Amino acid sequence: MSHRYFPHTEEDKRVMLEKCGVDSIDELFADIPAQLRLSRPYALGKPMSEVEVRAFFRSLTDSCSRLACFAGNGHYDRYAPAVIPHILSRSEFLTSYTPYQPEISQGTLQYIFEYQTMMARLTGMEISNASLYDGATATAEAMFLAAANSRKRQRVAYSATLSDAVKETIRTYARYHGTDIVEIPEADGVTSVDALTSLLSDGNIGGVILPQPNRHGIVEDFTGLAEMIHGAGALLIINSIAIDLATLRSPGEWGADIAVGDAQSLGIPLSFGGPYLGYIAASKSLMRKLPGRIVGATADASGQRTFVLTLQAREQHIRREKATSNICSNQGLMALYVTIYMSLMGDDGLRQANSLGAAGAHWLARELELTGKMRLTYPGRPFLNEFEMTTSVDAGEIIDALAGAGILAGVATAPDRLLIAVTEMRTPEELNRYVETVKALQS
Amino acid sequence: MNNKLYDKLIFELSRQGRRGYSLPDRHFPDAIASLPDALLRKSDIGLPQADELTVVRHYTNMSTNNFGVDTGFYPLGSCTMKYNPKINEEMASDPVIASLHPDTPVRYCQGALAIYHSLAEALAEIGGMAEFTLNPYAGAHGELTGLMLCRAWHDSRGDRRRTKVIIPDSAHGTNPASAAVAGLQVVPVRSLPDGTVDVEALAPLLDDTVAAMMMTNPNTLGIFERQIPEIARMVHDAGALLYYDGANLNPMLGIARPGDMGFDIMHINLHKTFSTPHGGGGPGSGPVGVRKGLEHLLPNPRVIKKTDGTYDIISSPDAMGRVSSTLGNFAVVVRALSYILSLGADGLMEAGGLATLNANYIKESLRDLYELPVDTVCKHEFVFDGLKDKSTGVTTLNVAKRLLDYGFHAPTIYFPLLFHESLMIEPTETESLDTIDSFISAMRDIALEAASDPEMVKSAPHTTPVRRPDDTDAALHPRLTFDEL
Repeated sequence: MSHRYFPHTEEDKRVMLEKCGVDSIDELFADIPAQLRLSRPYALGKPMSEVEVRAFFRSLTDSCSRLACFAGNGHYDRYAPAVIPHILSRSEFLTSYTPYQPEISQGTLQYIFEYQTMMARLTGMEISNASLYDGATATAEAMFLAAANSRKRQRVAYSATLSDAVKETIRTYARYHGTDIVEIPEADGVTSVDALTSLLSDGNIGGVILPQPNRHGIVEDFTGLAEMIHGAGALLIINSIAIDLATLRSPGEWGADIAVGDAQSLGIPLSFGGPYLGYIAASKSLMRKLPGRIVGATADASGQRTFVLTLQAREQHIRREKATSNICSNQGLMALYVTIYMSLMGDDGLRQANSLGAAGAHWLARELELTGKMRLTYPGRPFLNEFEMTTSVDAGEIIDALAGAGILAGVATAPDRLLIAVTEMRTPEELNRYVETVKALQS
Repeated sequence: MNNKLYDKLIFELSRQGRRGYSLPDRHFPDAIASLPDALLRKSDIGLPQADELTVVRHYTNMSTNNFGVDTGFYPLGSCTMKYNPKINEEMASDPVIASLHPDTPVRYCQGALAIYHSLAEALAEIGGMAEFTLNPYAGAHGELTGLMLCRAWHDSRGDRRRTKVIIPDSAHGTNPASAAVAGLQVVPVRSLPDGTVDVEALAPLLDDTVAAMMMTNPNTLGIFERQIPEIARMVHDAGALLYYDGANLNPMLGIARPGDMGFDIMHINLHKTFSTPHGGGGPGSGPVGVRKGLEHLLPNPRVIKKTDGTYDIISSPDAMGRVSSTLGNFAVVVRALSYILSLGADGLMEAGGLATLNANYIKESLRDLYELPVDTVCKHEFVFDGLKDKSTGVTTLNVAKRLLDYGFHAPTIYFPLLFHESLMIEPTETESLDTIDSFISAMRDIALEAASDPEMVKSAPHTTPVRRPDDTDAALHPRLTFDEL
């Protein structure tokens, strides 16, 4: 009997083979040299029923620990309204392709237009594209944009205080593409402004990439930097955690030319790494250089407001070997995710979520210092909801001890460093349990 | 889907004072006020203010402006719009997986690593490769990763002259774009009239500056490159690697494996061959596989199975580098594994044949009315060069738009660039004879309409919620946000 995903009856096959003038499906592959034909079945199991598929995954997910998440490092356990997965499962959204036929894709095009508007407003920039893969690759795209923006200044400087994953990704992209990059060193937990000033004086820097907050959770002060960077003829690119921008000074307010980062923090489930959402927003003057899809408004034949994919001359399938980005698509469904999220949360919801996380984080940091087992690595540096502790006990041991208490303590960024994040999801009881477990640790 | 447009934007439904969220009260003292004022946002964002039901109705109504695989037949060539099974969705939304942080230490996420490794192993078996990474986020990202890996291999042998990549002129634009981003110079190779690579034209292009040759097989015309053993030998003799673009892998299921054809590196689009939903343009997933001897170059971080049966995540300075924040789009990986388990070896062995049967049946049923530029057996897809009768002035674009009135998604149009009126049809194996027959009937009706009432076809579509948007205006006067309307 055939599989439930294959509708062909034996009679159907007979009718179709007859039309094709062959006696068997195998004959349709007669052009493939015999030595290339697969001569055995795949060494994979028998088809599983839904009952068995569920049991298979259950057996594996049961072996994963369910821990209250204090890990961040760019990706956070955030509150998501119950509404969102229900709308995302609308199969008109879920099972459609890139909106090549605008007449039957207005749903996708409308929400991307809303997304572009919301991301532009959140970042304080004029325009946004339709989204990219994740924060690291979005930063690499911004690096290419900056390197190609000026013939004279093709070198891109990036801060050592960007997260390791972002730095490693842009180094990989730069190495193979041949982009000239240079790291701005870190001083006392933040980007060294002296080093940046000196690099800019060389006159060959086309772009500067700075993080907000940085890899230690520190909110860096960029006062005066935009003027200095623009004065040197370079673009300012700020990489931010999206939700933080509801509270922190936005890239637009800092004078950035490009805002990039990961938008996972806008309620997207952690899902062990993805799918997430990269964003890129920019000044309108960079519109024709932005990578990826862009949706624009127009009118249809009867004058109705209509949305279409636009400015496609920028895109890889048109530019081919002259392309500066190979991005084909976007993270469509995840763009819908954060669009619904922002529609429900509004300005107040985002600010309130940040306020809850920050209040918990500052309380936890103080209480953990009082245990004497760890101290803030950079005391006095401002942070929002994530901070780095230097531990007197091995960070891995702390993580194991807290896992025993049902808590993922954070991310061990070094043997004696623990990066800890608190979001609106963490309860007072969990924070207390965290502190009590650390207190009980043997020094 | 709708005949009448639902035309609102959420900003137009916003009313001061409404809200759609709930959060607990703050338990600890406020911390924001203690931050330096210079670091704080001064302006409002300007997000909508809307209650929950308003938001739910808005997006639900918006969805009905859209067409998906669950709505109807989607014969979009080169996109493999097969059915997206629902059990996959259920598995991907498992609450344990949904809440698992990517930086969870390995001893607390063994099950998730087992899922990753199980899919990687299954893909290696299907692709005939030694090992896969699932880190790349999309097909284009997989291409880029694979080409970077190819460069890393030459670099690791001290061979730094290899800066060219040979790509057939029939290839999708993403191939040369990926090559350019990977720092490679593109050398196109001519196709024969049947769309396959001209081996004689290839020979003189192969020298010690070529890093790789990039191909799909079957190619973009749905034709199997039967010279592939010879091409692989030539490419390898020249010291280059052969790269397989997995965009067209679907008809090879159960038939042949890229590794056995001589390919060294390949990527797979899980959102094509392995049934994960396209989501209106993403998220996808573009795993990259390599033959034996190249595994150590796969990107960081890498999931390995240890001899004691447990899993670990490693990073190596010898690897090509890192291309993603995380181990990739894990929830997409879960869906693809669920699909492979559901079909099993038996089902996967059948899929390629049925996809090919469906494509050939459509081709044979329409060839009297549509121009078939390459008359041979096809695989999962084939290309018409517009209507046979060109005298009516009805173009491929007109046919595509008219199909929307019949309730079908349009095929891929004006690609490949080898013909002026390309109309590329890929039905996939999940479509029934009944659906395919009604599509054939619509295509035949349109061909007759083109002769009897060409103006009606040229002014199509007539029944869709919007008709013929003004693309020129959109590009000349870009309005990209609500503030610009």
